[in-house]
Amino acid sequence: MKTIIIILSISFASLGYLNAQNLYSTSNGETSFFSETPVENIAAVNKFGQAILNTSTNDIVVQMNMKQFDFPNKLMQEHFNENYIESAKYPKAVFKGKINEKIDFTKNGTYDISATGDFNLHGVSKPRTFKGKITVAQGSIGLTTDFEVALTEHNIEVPKVVFMKIAQTIQVKNKYSLAPYVSKK
Amino acid sequence: MKALASVVTALLLMSTIDVKAQEDLTKMLEENEPKTTDYTTATFKGTRIINGHSVETVKKNHLDFIIHHRFDRLNSGAYNLFGLDYSTIRLGFEYGLTDNVTIGFGRSSVQKTFDFLAKAKLLRQSTGTRNMPFSVTAFASTVIETLDKDLSTQDKTSYCTQLLIARKFSERLSLQLNPTFLYRNRVATAAQERALFALGFGGRMKLNKRLSLNAEYYWAFREKDLENALGDPYGNSLAIGVDIETGGHVFQLHFTNSSGMVEKQFIGDTSGSWGKGDIRWGFNVSRTFSFDKRAKGMMK
Repeated sequence: MKTIIIILSISFASLGYLNAQNLYSTSNGETSFFSETPVENIAAVNKFGQAILNTSTNDIVVQMNMKQFDFPNKLMQEHFNENYIESAKYPKAVFKGKINEKIDFTKNGTYDISATGDFNLHGVSKPRTFKGKITVAQGSIGLTTDFEVALTEHNIEVPKVVFMKIAQTIQVKNKYSLAPYVSKK
Repeated sequence: MKALASVVTALLLMSTIDVKAQEDLTKMLEENEPKTTDYTTATFKGTRIINGHSVETVKKNHLDFIIHHRFDRLNSGAYNLFGLDYSTIRLGFEYGLTDNVTIGFGRSSVQKTFDFLAKAKLLRQSTGTRNMPFSVTAFASTVIETLDKDLSTQDKTSYCTQLLIARKFSERLSLQLNPTFLYRNRVATAAQERALFALGFGGRMKLNKRLSLNAEYYWAFREKDLENALGDPYGNSLAIGVDIETGGHVFQLHFTNSSGMVEKQFIGDTSGSWGKGDIRWGFNVSRTFSFDKRAKGMMK
């Protein structure tokens, strides 16, 4: 009887231990987007993307604060926050999903992966599968993914009367480097 | 039996961990989210509410080219096409040295005026780690009216300083208060004081994403010299208009009783009266150019 309890408590303890070991996170991932227009190109980068990955369950969450997108053209930045993304109402973009492939995170190497889950932008959630690459190197996990966002899918209105034409799909690039998770609570 | 219960509990716990995994991860992310200060942006659409300055400055390495245009009085009649036959204009260039400091100069056709201005954001409305209910911007300008060639440069010069205090109450409503001090080296009439204090009120109400209704009033504290039969012939400036934003440009269309487009003139020398129909139609068009060199690098 006692032995069972002891075994259970040990396994619980190790479960917690393993859990902490299996979590990788970052709060300075880089997400950038680019859109070509006939008049002026639109580019922005967010260097404060947050991501967390549980390597034992393959669960992954990526989120970012829309106001932290930095545009070289500040007028565009204002339009992005005020008129398109409405960041006061919808402050964050979030992806919650699971990596589909089984990856040995203990082995160094580069793996092609895909992740399926819910992508929430501008308050509209869409099921999406993103393709990308994972690079496992000593103690860190690199994650890169390129994808497109169709503005209409997320109810992002592009008014007809704008002097500056805006492309209907936006190219998004992500470069995240995850390190073992340390709780700052 | 107890052991079995423990095993069941363990399994239950593990399954809930699995189901709630993504939620837990989200919570962990949020706990670890670096605390930031969220600065209020776009309190006003342009650097002007109508005639007067707003708390907004031109962003770093950006150049704002602004054209102000005021037509003649509506009550000048059909013969003058209700004022459209005559107009006054100011061309201005304003540059952002940093996100918080702007310098600029302008030239108005009214009194052939040159003006030099500087603006600095002192406080920015924000929430988060730093909580600030207002934005405060300091403004200063030197104005030289060169129309009268016989006057010395000193006599042609006047100065204006303002404190612009604004709050964006909601996405739609922003209000601003502008304590103003104006000093003129030379005044046009004996009834005018060289030093003039004024309090400006301004605001905007957004009607939709691209259109806002703006209003502005400058209440000048003039000395009413009863012994002077003429009195001060100048009155307070009132303007009402709309801002239309079209991407790269901001169009501001308005009605005002002032013909001047710099503080010295519309606060100090507004002679028109709304009551008598001395209303002028006018507009400001602003176009901002970015000289941020990062733009090219980011395109790749």
